[in-house]
Amino acid sequence: MPGVKAATERSDVVVEIGGLPIRLRSGNPDFLRLIEERYAGYVSTSDHASFEFDVELAPPDTESGDEDLQVTWNSGRWLMERGDFRAVFDPATARGRIEQTINPFSLDSVLRIVHTLLLSKKGGFLVHASSAIRNGRAFLFSGVSGAGKTTMARLAPPDAALLTDEISYVIPQDGRYLAVGTPFFGELARVGENLRAPIEAVYLLAKGPENKIEPIEGADAVRGLMGNILFFAKDPEFVKLVFDAAFDFASRVPIRRLMFTPDARVWELIV
Amino acid sequence: MSNKRYVARSTAIAARALGDETMVMSATNSTLFTLDQVATVIWEAVDGMTPLDEIVANKVCTQFDVSQEVALQDAEDVVAELAEHGLVTISDQPIAQTNVQGAAQTKGTSA
Repeated sequence: MPGVKAATERSDVVVEIGGLPIRLRSGNPDFLRLIEERYAGYVSTSDHASFEFDVELAPPDTESGDEDLQVTWNSGRWLMERGDFRAVFDPATARGRIEQTINPFSLDSVLRIVHTLLLSKKGGFLVHASSAIRNGRAFLFSGVSGAGKTTMARLAPPDAALLTDEISYVIPQDGRYLAVGTPFFGELARVGENLRAPIEAVYLLAKGPENKIEPIEGADAVRGLMGNILFFAKDPEFVKLVFDAAFDFASRVPIRRLMFTPDARVWELIV
Repeated sequence: MSNKRYVARSTAIAARALGDETMVMSATNSTLFTLDQVATVIWEAVDGMTPLDEIVANKVCTQFDVSQEVALQDAEDVVAELAEHGLVTISDQPIAQTNVQGAAQTKGTSA
């Protein structure tokens, strides 16, 4: 006998980046669709989530301008505030709440911060770097805005799998460090491939008249890396965790300076 | 009144030795500082209880070819700069470590 099955309206989406599934709940189906589109490739097919956030959508005209980001630890909770969002995250319960307008950028910022906080406990970090996997090994290209992160991503050869052109995701595993794909993109406006691989080297980018690689040692290597790691929270424990992670990383992974001219030949050096 | 100066490291920092240098990061603003060999000796010796001139006499002048007068002036300049960035506290009285704190919460960078 033919039956009629009512379509069940979804009330959440699980976004999994770096092996951390985060459930995002909202009563607004348009927003959930927006999340699914924005994080395509990172939306989990499993219902399991390690962390949960309720997203409360505010009217579009309630944003309060260009307020600086503040991330503070208060009474056992992380508070994250900027002009366009306010979020609370309680690590003890693995639950949080986000108040924002219906746009993908605020949520993207909150996710970057939450992953930064969670990664610090695991000895990992997020770093301003594009990254790609080639021949089973990951390469990071790090630098400030305008240094060439997106350019290196655009110039990548067809056999390279792009993980991100903006924010690289670094996690320790079995005595080495892995780069993990993220949906956090920059000018390329394209999510990275959801892959992971051991990091072969980090290249600190510098534009110049020729393509050249120079090793960087000791304090210079740590300084170069630290300058590009994301430090959202100014909490002493958090800073110490990320600081220690950066030192450990620099002792295990070669950090080099890559001077390059913006053409595809630079990738001949990345092997 | 004592003219001794006591120096204690802030707890709101992260520090690691790397060769002869030490890298120190402020937890209040994530600024990274690199201490050279002499500054590292001073950094490691300041405990809030030992006067700075004793540290200079016993740690600096014994390791480096420098007069007490010059070394002390240099040391005072170093700790003054570190104090300016909140990495150490300076006092004319011994400093109990439990009294050394650092601000922990400030504005961050853009996400």
